[in-house]
Amino acid sequence: MPDTTVILDATAIQRALTRIAHEIAERNEHSAEVALVGIPVGGDHLAARLAKILSGIWNHAVPVGILDTAMHRDDLDHRVAPTVHPTDIPFDVTGKTVVLVDDVLFSGRTTRAAMDALNDFGRPKKIQLAVLIDRGHRELPIKADFIGKNVPTSLDEKISLLLTEASAAADEVILKKR
Amino acid sequence: MAWTKKHLLDIESLTAEEIITVLDTARGFKAVGERAIKKVPALRGKTVVNLFVEPSTRTRISFELAAQRLSADIVNFSAEASSFKKGETLKDTALNLQALNADFIIIRHSASGAPHFLSRVLDAHVINAGDGAHAHPTQALLDCFTIRERKGRIAGLNVTILGDILYSRVARSDIWALTKLGAKVTLCGPSTLVPKSFEQMGCRVTHDVDEAIRDADIINLLRIQHERQRKTMFPSIGEYTQLFGLNKARLAKTKPDALIMHPGPINRGVEIDSEIADSGRSVILQQVTNGLAVRMAVLFLVNGGKVPADAAVN
Repeated sequence: MPDTTVILDATAIQRALTRIAHEIAERNEHSAEVALVGIPVGGDHLAARLAKILSGIWNHAVPVGILDTAMHRDDLDHRVAPTVHPTDIPFDVTGKTVVLVDDVLFSGRTTRAAMDALNDFGRPKKIQLAVLIDRGHRELPIKADFIGKNVPTSLDEKISLLLTEASAAADEVILKKR
Repeated sequence: MAWTKKHLLDIESLTAEEIITVLDTARGFKAVGERAIKKVPALRGKTVVNLFVEPSTRTRISFELAAQRLSADIVNFSAEASSFKKGETLKDTALNLQALNADFIIIRHSASGAPHFLSRVLDAHVINAGDGAHAHPTQALLDCFTIRERKGRIAGLNVTILGDILYSRVARSDIWALTKLGAKVTLCGPSTLVPKSFEQMGCRVTHDVDEAIRDADIINLLRIQHERQRKTMFPSIGEYTQLFGLNKARLAKTKPDALIMHPGPINRGVEIDSEIADSGRSVILQQVTNGLAVRMAVLFLVNGGKVPADAAVN
């Protein structure tokens, strides 16, 4: 049996998201320019939840999109083809401050692919990065603007998330030793 | 489900899960074609060769555009302007293309099994774009994609394939794919072109067109392949149209939401009434759009496909 630790339970996840939403609101004066784009799997649910909290803070709807990074990855020659998830960005990103939302920040390569993919949809004014977990081990010069929790890990550990779009009691983030 | 095949040679060797993986992946690539920037860097730096030893326009262009939209370089190689005329064998031609570091060979050939042969002698990924009367896997995949997109499912649907089944690689690949995904397939056409032996593939054979299309959710029409037939398969085109062509009177007796499909090229006034081809019931042009997405998905998936060192090819 692998050794597992619960890093965040459902309440802690919701609290972290609420804090991130307030930090996004504090950082971005012009709320009408802000849009959230989640990276599947995981980031899309988090983006929808953050948008809900932010629309409560700002009293207006916040645009949310989903951006798949499979076609822009830099390791397509070295692995079995990744699952392609639907991309849906129902607004013009040009001139917007796009907050990319991912569940776990690790090597930074997914973030790079996401920035590359996002540019195919237009030219955002700014791109910011929000993650629920930053586990370290960056391989690229990328850092998150908003972090739910910093979790120092070793490379042989695995972080798995159980997330739902509507916050559910079963939501949790687990750290497993392999 | 993860895709691990290095080549796409036929539908017969795919599992239902693998077919679904292609269809799911194609959904993402269809969306790419609807963007302002219709190109992604997935196959940047790769070389794709369209080796079309038998003439084709739509399949060749579809693969060409698919490769370009994945940022690959593509070379077209056709039989008319090639060294086949000078007596070079298929194997030598393919080895020459591989010597130029081609990563993918997309082959269309009049001989069944030509793509399988190439997959055994080459290191490149081989994709079958139609071999003789054997298989046309990407056509079957795009047909399934179109049905699933329009009907929301494939399992349990009645699909009737009408026309020249005997000489049709599309029919064979469609039958494999549709039956694997749980559709009920009926074949219909002149008895000389729709032999009862096809029942061994798990479908129903009938020569009564009205009965064949009455309960169909999908009516897939096939062209008479004059180039493959002997002259004696049926008396005349006029008689074929009269007995098996899809006209308004026949269409009136089908389910109101039955979709009309055709792999193209269509022969207006032969297997399909011109007005029906242009009607809202026809998804013939959507099939073309979806074909591009499916071919992008296939190139993307086989690129990742790794053959275990000790396993046989495919």
